[in-house]
Amino acid sequence: MVEFTLPENSKIGTGKTVTAANNATNKKVFKIYRWDPDNGENPRMDTFELNLDDCGPMVLDALLHIKDDLDPTLTLRRSCREGICGSCAMNIDGRNTLACTKAISDIKDDVKIYPLPHMAVIKDLVPDLTHFYAQYASIKPWMQTESPTPPIDQERLQSKEDRAKLDGLYECILCACCSTSCPSYWWNSDRYLGPAALLQAYRWIADSRDEATGERLEELEDPFKLYRCHTIMNCTDTCPKGLNPAKAIAEIKKIQVAKGA
Amino acid sequence: MASNNRPLSPHLDVYRLPLTAIISISHRITGVGLSAGTLLLACWLIAAATGVESYDKINAFLGSWFGMVLLFLWSFAFFFHLSNGLRHLFWDTGRGLDKADVEKSAKAVIISAAALTVLTWFIALVGGAS
Repeated sequence: MVEFTLPENSKIGTGKTVTAANNATNKKVFKIYRWDPDNGENPRMDTFELNLDDCGPMVLDALLHIKDDLDPTLTLRRSCREGICGSCAMNIDGRNTLACTKAISDIKDDVKIYPLPHMAVIKDLVPDLTHFYAQYASIKPWMQTESPTPPIDQERLQSKEDRAKLDGLYECILCACCSTSCPSYWWNSDRYLGPAALLQAYRWIADSRDEATGERLEELEDPFKLYRCHTIMNCTDTCPKGLNPAKAIAEIKKIQVAKGA
Repeated sequence: MASNNRPLSPHLDVYRLPLTAIISISHRITGVGLSAGTLLLACWLIAAATGVESYDKINAFLGSWFGMVLLFLWSFAFFFHLSNGLRHLFWDTGRGLDKADVEKSAKAVIISAAALTVLTWFIALVGGAS
């Protein structure tokens, strides 16, 4: 449902300010969303003035510098620090991206960091992704076949051309940047699958080895699951892997039309 | 666990919407504007069918500065919705959806809507004076 304002318990207050040492010459201000589930208070924005000479070049380096040296209670997900695990997805400078691949030098003003938008917050920058993963599971992201399994020394073969159809689809790391950038997903995530799950749905529809294409399309033929996409294009704009979920969704819609004709 | 009291992370307030998203919401707003404008058109037709007196009245209203502003907005809404509607139609064929293309076509929609509106009013005010 469309609700433009945040509920009472989600309104953001002002938090603490930590300033850098006076002799620091390379300063940058980071404003970071905080919410502690244990103190019963509303979320707040904490301000940290950092000396960039003390930390690495990426936003994740700055966050870990804060956590290691200034405030160990700062909570965030991170793992690979090289854009392949998708854990450190968050809203940085007004757009969703991975903290590990976003350079601090790309941001002109103060660096504002929020959790992924319109999600239930577990703590600080950690959103609850349970529903997002359930939606991914709902599109059955595995190969479904009816034909007999090939003998043990053989594989299900695919031509080079058919394999090339999966480029731009299989690289998705499920970071949820796209789905949580989508206004349609903000208002209707209870029923709309969102760009990430739909990109993956198309990844299996497009796979020449999969034999459940009909069922997959049938499953998506729904006013909400698929057709809440209004081609706003925030997903494609924000994808940190340079993928194009909006185009994948358009391809599914095209196949649905051809199927109905 | 206080999990039932989890706050909702900020969304519209903090998201820096790209041009494509602004065009998208403008498509909705101009769509609503067009419906309102159609009511005005219906009033004009009803007035014309009712008689000279009521027809003169509505023409006086539409010819006033306020009426002209409404008509101007309506014409812009029409050309914006038309241009972006054609963009959507093109998208439905699966083409023009790459990131660079959607940004280009977003700018093209703005230019086309503005140009068609200006051209229409130029013809209406200057060209139609003879």
